[in-house]
This record gives sequence, structure tokens and C-alpha cells, in this order.
Amino acid sequence: MWLILTTLAAIITTLIWYLKDPKNEYKLGLLALIFWGAALMWFVDHVMAYLAEGGEFFEINADATLLGISVIIVALMVWEITLFISDPKGVFKKKITK
Amino acid sequence: MACFIVPVGEAIVTTVIQKVVEKKEKKYGMKIAKERVLNWSQRLRLLNGLLWGGSILLAFEHIWHGEVVPWPPFLTAMKNPAAVGPMLHEMATIGVGMAVFVTLVWAVIMTVVELSATSMSEVNIEYTKEGS
Repeated sequence: MWLILTTLAAIITTLIWYLKDPKNEYKLGLLALIFWGAALMWFVDHVMAYLAEGGEFFEINADATLLGISVIIVALMVWEITLFISDPKGVFKKKITK
Repeated sequence: MACFIVPVGEAIVTTVIQKVVEKKEKKYGMKIAKERVLNWSQRLRLLNGLLWGGSILLAFEHIWHGEVVPWPPFLTAMKNPAAVGPMLHEMATIGVGMAVFVTLVWAVIMTVVELSATSMSEVNIEYTKEGS
């Protein structure tokens, strides 16, 4: 389930980056890369596990869904910290210089 | 178990390479060639984003599943000598597979971007010739 949710987040973030932030001012490109990187790695993990062990390709249950949501929260936290450090609007710089 | 360690290793290497290339590009004032969309440091930054981003989220997934803990030896498989072998096997198969697949996807994207940019610049040259 976390593969599905991460891929969905990657598609949506890439679309928002393309439409709203093509100059990457708000680092949406980085967020898209984080999601795509994880989605590609989990895809390999799922394919190899499926080929080796068989069973269901997608694990769909409450725990897997909760993990998927938590993974998205972690990615958003990483992106937000990076965004605040780069401070494209200069909000923190203004506060510090005041 | 610890498959994400392989992409982390690759990410460390590509980050060092990117920093060195970036320094050289600044030192020698290398600009993007007319037919190129991205220079090498920008291309490597994209690969680093994919590798670091993926590795961070995979590390979180391993913490979630109790395979990684915040105290030594950090990997729970290391506690049991019988689990070390399967862990190394997983790193050699799934870990290497992940790193190779991400790098392949990045290489394909970079090739497509550069090829489309080259064909676009050729179209522009054709238009300029016809116009002049």
C-alpha cells in the first residue's frame, strides 16, 4: 500500500511542480525527487519479493496504509525543513535582521 | 533488512562527485553548451535527490518494521549471527537492484531530455535558415 501511496504522491507533486513551481523556488522538485526515488526503490523491492516468494504484489491492510501515510508525512517534513533553511521568501532573514 | 544501505552508499559517492564537478565548473567557468539543457553538476544533483530521498523514506520504513533501531548495532539482523548471511544476500540482490534501477531511470530521463533539446535546437536552426 505504501508503494501505491508514494507513487500517487510523486505524481501529484510532479504535476504541482510543473504547473506552479517550474523554477523550483519552493523546492517542489526536491519533494518530487524524494517521492520518485522511494517509489522506484519500493517497486524493485516489491517485484523481487513477488518473484522470490510469490503471494500478493500489493500489501493492502491498515498497517500498510498507515505506513504509507507516515512515509508521506516524513517526506513533507524533510521538504519543509529544506524549504525553511533555503528561505526563498526571506521570512526568517527579515525576522533575524529586525 | 538493510537493502537501503546500498543506495545510501551510491548517494555518498555521487554527492562527492557532484561537489567536485561543481567546483571544477565554477573554477573553469564552464557554462552549459548551447545544445545542452543541464550541465553535469545539475544532472548529478537530480540523481542525488532520487537516491537520498528514496533512502531516507526506505530507512523510515525499516524503522517502522523494527529492522533498524537507534542504538548499536543499529541493524537488528546484526544481533543474530544466523541473520547476517540473509541480510548480506538481500543487500546484494534487492539493494543493488534498487541502486541500479534508480540510476538506469535517471540515465534514460537525462538521455531523453538531451535528445529532445538537441532536436528542438535543430528545428530552430532550420527555421532561422528559412527565415534568413
